[in-house]
Amino acid sequence: MTREDVKISTRNLNVYFGDLHAIKNVSLQMYNRSITSIIGPSGCGKSTFLRALNRMLDIIPHARVAGEVILDGRNIYENGTDVVELRRKVGMVFQKPNPFPKSVYDNVAYGPRIHGIRSRDELDAIVEDSLKKAALWDEVADSLDKSAMELSGGQQQRLCIARTLAVKPEVILFDEPCSALDPISTAKIEDLMRSLKNDYTIVIVTHNMQQAARISDYTAFLLMGELIEFGKTARIFERPCEKATEDYITGRFG
Amino acid sequence: MNKRSWEGVKDRFIAFFFAANGILTIIILIGIFIFLAYIGLQAFHEISIREFFFGKEWNPTAYGEPKWGILSLVTGTIYIAVISLLIAIPLGVASAIYIAELASPFIREVLKPAIEMIAAIPSVVLGLIGLLIVAPFVAEIFNLPNGLNALTASILVAIMALPTIISISEDVISAIPESYREASLALGATRWQTIKGVILPAASSGIVAASMLGLGRVVGETMVVLMVAGNSRAFPTSILDPVRPITSTIAIEIKEVVQGDLHFQALFALGFVLFLMTFAINLASDIFLTWRQGVR
Amino acid sequence: MNDKIKERIYLGIFRLCGILSLLILVSILIFVIEPGIKVIDLNFILGMWQTQDITKGGIFPAIVGTFYLGIGVAVFSVPVGICCAIYLNEYARNTGLVRMIRLAIRNLAGVPSIVYGLFGFAVFVQFLHFGTSLLAASLTLAAMTIPWVITASEEALKGVPDGFREGAIALGATRWQAIRTNVLPSALPGMITGSIIGLARAMGETAPLIIVGATFYMRGIPDSPFDKFMALPYHVFILATQHNHPLAEQYAAGTALVLVLLIFLMALAAMIVRYNFRRKRRW
Ligand SMILES: Nc1ncnc2c1ncn2[C@@H]1O[C@H](COP(=O)(O)OP(=O)(O)O)[C@@H](O)[C@H]1O
Ligand SMILES: [Mg+2]
Repeated sequence: MTREDVKISTRNLNVYFGDLHAIKNVSLQMYNRSITSIIGPSGCGKSTFLRALNRMLDIIPHARVAGEVILDGRNIYENGTDVVELRRKVGMVFQKPNPFPKSVYDNVAYGPRIHGIRSRDELDAIVEDSLKKAALWDEVADSLDKSAMELSGGQQQRLCIARTLAVKPEVILFDEPCSALDPISTAKIEDLMRSLKNDYTIVIVTHNMQQAARISDYTAFLLMGELIEFGKTARIFERPCEKATEDYITGRFG
Repeated sequence: MNKRSWEGVKDRFIAFFFAANGILTIIILIGIFIFLAYIGLQAFHEISIREFFFGKEWNPTAYGEPKWGILSLVTGTIYIAVISLLIAIPLGVASAIYIAELASPFIREVLKPAIEMIAAIPSVVLGLIGLLIVAPFVAEIFNLPNGLNALTASILVAIMALPTIISISEDVISAIPESYREASLALGATRWQTIKGVILPAASSGIVAASMLGLGRVVGETMVVLMVAGNSRAFPTSILDPVRPITSTIAIEIKEVVQGDLHFQALFALGFVLFLMTFAINLASDIFLTWRQGVR
Repeated sequence: MNDKIKERIYLGIFRLCGILSLLILVSILIFVIEPGIKVIDLNFILGMWQTQDITKGGIFPAIVGTFYLGIGVAVFSVPVGICCAIYLNEYARNTGLVRMIRLAIRNLAGVPSIVYGLFGFAVFVQFLHFGTSLLAASLTLAAMTIPWVITASEEALKGVPDGFREGAIALGATRWQAIRTNVLPSALPGMITGSIIGLARAMGETAPLIIVGATFYMRGIPDSPFDKFMALPYHVFILATQHNHPLAEQYAAGTALVLVLLIFLMALAAMIVRYNFRRKRRW
């Protein structure tokens, strides 16, 4: 696979919450081993779009999806899709760190365990490897049995990333992963994402324009559920084609 | 200025009045303790503590030498508590999981008040249903002359405890942050794996507390056991034996005693034992509930 | 694949349990209604009780007795319970006293009803010489009901936004003024709902009545708090277990049905109060 291959894309994607039309006809490609950021004012449908990509909308009773989301050439909404397998491939990190009330170790081992890995050695290796990739290993190596609730917010978020990495996903979705964190933690997580880019396809929702500009290769701008503009990040920020995009990134609204 | 300070005095007086009502609850609790202890402990002038707690035979009206051992009564209580909780806890927790995790919002809206309604059904009505329906049914299945025994009583007592266990467990499970569920599902867990791996562990102390409260109800339940447990003072050896727990013993014999005599005092001693048992159970469930809040 | 099958099985079990619980509950009602409805007619509800021939008389005195009992319990438990809740929620800070009150309430709620019966007998029947009367029974059941009223009332008070209190206090109202004008009007419907449900439960209690003394037969209906009285739950108990008329069980079911209907009507009334209140509420 080359860098420019499309890993996951949407075709005429629509999402409804009851009468509310939250995502309107969005078609977007996200490329392998790159970071795509989704920006837009609050309430424009960024989280909803992200959740459509690994069918997390399924758990909202009144949500309805129309259109296609194509992962490796197959529509994930077609009948017979194994949702559990899909979510394993497309991992997700949430806005607020949400570790389980278990030990650090058990948090990371949770995914591998539910997918049938029992051997302690194997789990140990996965836990260490995931925590290292998430740049958390040095801080928690001596206290793997500590409750995850005792970690700081930034550590918790990196733990959640490690937990996601442990199931060996191919795509990772980040929903404003830094919005609840301090600048130092934010910098750590941005570094982390840059290093993860070499192995994964990353989609990140952010309302922080600098962040999008700093880390992403592609940027999509959503407004009221519609895709206004999509392109290479540098181009979007330097020469936006649409007036709305320009207004938004220059801070004239939102 | 004068008016102002009058208002202040009035306000303080009113505050005191409300506090007095709060203090009344403490007085009632202590009152229960003192009256039961005062009357009950008098029984031990004549009954040896050893006989009372370790004697197997309870026969206060025996000709010649009355017997005051509560062991068979306590055993009856324990039998019914254990069997009924073995029925009620799995059924109750599973129902709570269904309501909180699986049921559609519509079904949830129907089920929750329905279960509240059940909690309001008087236990005497349940006892009546036991006599009319459940006892004949149990007699039929096990080929017994009548179905008045520990098992029948336990089934009905389990039904009594069910609403308590369901509604508290359901509250606890519903209070688990949605983010735990999302995180688990996003890792590719199935719903069952999510329930087993995340929901139940997070809810466990609350479920234990709910079960303890259920235990409290079960141990203190009187009417159902009085009507369908068979009321035999013999030491039970099987769950199909008739039993006579502490509660029904008090209810049956209190009408037959001479007020103030030894038998009367012994029944209060029995009531005191029951009070202490439920007190301990409630305290324990309290500890579990606060412990859970501490974890959060 | 294995996980999928497991998932199916377990979720199926949960579903089954949920449905089973509901089924049990529904069948209870059916089992009471089916035999009970046969004996209910106007005479059964409005007639005086005839011990000699239970098929001739009615349960009117028991209905009235239970009704009076409900009023007695309400008088002794609702004001105390509401005032206690106001203290806990509006005045108290987290002092040792408050923790003790809360501990007392939680433990009172767990004391078996038969123990309340013993307590009531010792205190009200004997010590205070009220005898086996409506008054003694009301006081006994009230002691049992107070913790329920407190819990429900506190719930209602917690639902009142803090702004209601702060707004009044910022204008120079005393705490009591703030409570009386801003807090109570909003919380009262919730308190009433909780109290009615507590009363309904108390009216269905039997065990304390066995000890504190309801009677199975009396002439007429009680006309003073010191009179003896008949009560529906006690009536069910005696008919079901200590009466040898061949139709006694059916009449027990009829009485039980009246009792259940009475309690459900009260619960329904409570829910309507709550519903109306929620609809009108503007915050
Ligand atoms: N579970 C839901 N039920 C109903 N409406 C929702 C739900 N989630 C989001 N919405 C609505 O969908 C729109 C998009 O929301 P969201 O995707 O969360 O926006 P963003 O993440 O860009 O702030 C908003 O109008 C929001 O109110
Ligand atoms: Mg969002």
